[in-house]
Amino acid sequence: MNILRLVFLNALRHKLRTALTIMGIAVAVLAFGLLRTVIGAWYTGVASAAPDRLVSRSKISITFTLPIAQKEKIARVPGVEGVTFGTWFGGVYKDPKNFFAQVAIEGPVTFAFFPEILVDPEAVKTFGAERNAAIVGSALAERFGWKVGDTVRLVGTIYPGDWDFVIRGIYRGRDEATDVGTFYFNWNTIEQRMAQESPGRMGQIGWWIIKIDDPARAATISKAVDTEFDNSSDETLTETEAAFQQSFVAMAGTIIVSLQIISVLIVGVILLVAANTMAMTARERLSEYAVLKTLGFGAGHILGLIAGESLMIAGLGGVLGVLLLFPAVEGVAQGLKAWFPAFPVDPATFVLAAVAAFVVGALAAVFPAWRAMKVSIVDGLRRID
Amino acid sequence: MAENVIEVKEVEKTYYRDRMPIPVLRGLSLAVPEGDFVALMGPSGSGKTTLLNLIAGIDRPDKGRIIVAGTDLGTLPEGQLAKWRSRHIGFVFQFYNLLPVLTASGNVELPLLLTKLSKKERRDHVRAALELVGLGDRMSHSPRQLSGGQEQRVAIARALVTDPTVIVADEPTGDLDKQSATEILDLLGRLNKEFHKTVVMVTHDPRAAERARVVHHLDKGELD
Repeated sequence: MNILRLVFLNALRHKLRTALTIMGIAVAVLAFGLLRTVIGAWYTGVASAAPDRLVSRSKISITFTLPIAQKEKIARVPGVEGVTFGTWFGGVYKDPKNFFAQVAIEGPVTFAFFPEILVDPEAVKTFGAERNAAIVGSALAERFGWKVGDTVRLVGTIYPGDWDFVIRGIYRGRDEATDVGTFYFNWNTIEQRMAQESPGRMGQIGWWIIKIDDPARAATISKAVDTEFDNSSDETLTETEAAFQQSFVAMAGTIIVSLQIISVLIVGVILLVAANTMAMTARERLSEYAVLKTLGFGAGHILGLIAGESLMIAGLGGVLGVLLLFPAVEGVAQGLKAWFPAFPVDPATFVLAAVAAFVVGALAAVFPAWRAMKVSIVDGLRRID
Repeated sequence: MAENVIEVKEVEKTYYRDRMPIPVLRGLSLAVPEGDFVALMGPSGSGKTTLLNLIAGIDRPDKGRIIVAGTDLGTLPEGQLAKWRSRHIGFVFQFYNLLPVLTASGNVELPLLLTKLSKKERRDHVRAALELVGLGDRMSHSPRQLSGGQEQRVAIARALVTDPTVIVADEPTGDLDKQSATEILDLLGRLNKEFHKTVVMVTHDPRAAERARVVHHLDKGELD
């Protein structure tokens, strides 16, 4: 017998209460980890951005287009190695809830700007040769059960009408952070339709993708690009790809801040659950602590008994919550595949979950331990004769 | 003549209920020689348990001095007083106060966790103490598997396992049937006679008090 064994036996004294508390902490740790992972997923694009790529968009808003005529001027800016572009299509596949990114790109050349996109060279060649060819991400193909040769109809919202595409390739990601949920097709497809239906909208692209020779000069080159179009009707805002991605994250800033607040509140909830259990436990055992004090056990021993039990319960809850995190993240990732290209569980989440469980275990014991240590032996024994 | 192992000098103690002062001990003095068996009797509220608590070092007087086993308890801070209790006092409660999650041997071993004894030495001491109280065959029983008398015997084994200077017992037979009470009193008497333990016992029961060598009556915080 030793003190640790007594801690263990005490924790098992009310098995149902202890089990419910452990499960409560586990669920809270799971929710905390899930929220952290969702927040992390928002930043995946930022983390995976290439340092040698700039993105140039309309200075007014990303929703404004830019003239394709700007390409030659951008290509002449010192430090620029290549220029290509992308355009947001915004079509609907069968139902608006089937959201996924559809981007019209310059052509096969665009894939050369993105080494993280792994695609069969033959598929890229076909993509260049066929006007209505599409190359789609592996997650997207898996989501809708598409395979090479399938025809996919999108209903345009920005560019009205039915648009039929034939899948000619399925790309994979070089690493887990790469977006494998985008639908790429040739910008010329739009251009040709606009020539017939809306000539005034021809020659417009969404954003420039600029490859530079030296990431250290990104700021200088960005400024030089923007200077080219100063005081024109199509002023640009050029920034690193990471900053560009960050601006999308900023759009969801309120949501992210809310999630961060909720994740902190969850830690608070765990604390209350554990503190309630420990407070009940300590209150029920005040006379036992008085007996232990009578036998010569000091305040440190009483603190150790209560804190040890609290830490053990919180620790078990934390471990269980972290173990449940993996299947839970997998399930959520399936559900949110359209919105988040990758759903990696950050190792820092484990550390934070462990720290949260430890802090909760320690703090939950503070008041009960203080009370148990403070109560005199005589009051604890509740007898005055 | 034996030296006094307990000296209570001009002790006063007042409790407060809703800010109302309730004097419990009023300048009480008492001396108990080493190896004596003393019974404290008196009506409820007379202060006998308070006096016992003061002698055991689990409460402090408002005035006066208490010297037990050569130590003036008033000079010891809480931490040292706890250590002193573990070395010199064996406490027997009316309601046994065993930890329900521990077996009989686990309960008896508790005070030994504060010593530097090895696991084997602790086990040997526990076995000896439980055999002394006649429960050598109940070491692995939990308190709820024992009768009241057996629980009290485990409590006595816990009180004596550290070989304390003084055994204090607060109504040790108050919750027991006649047969069990007799066994417990026999045990306390044996500890006093055979092992020369100083025993101070609070009791309402005149038959229990008969076992003591000296009986003190308390009334309104004073010795008769």
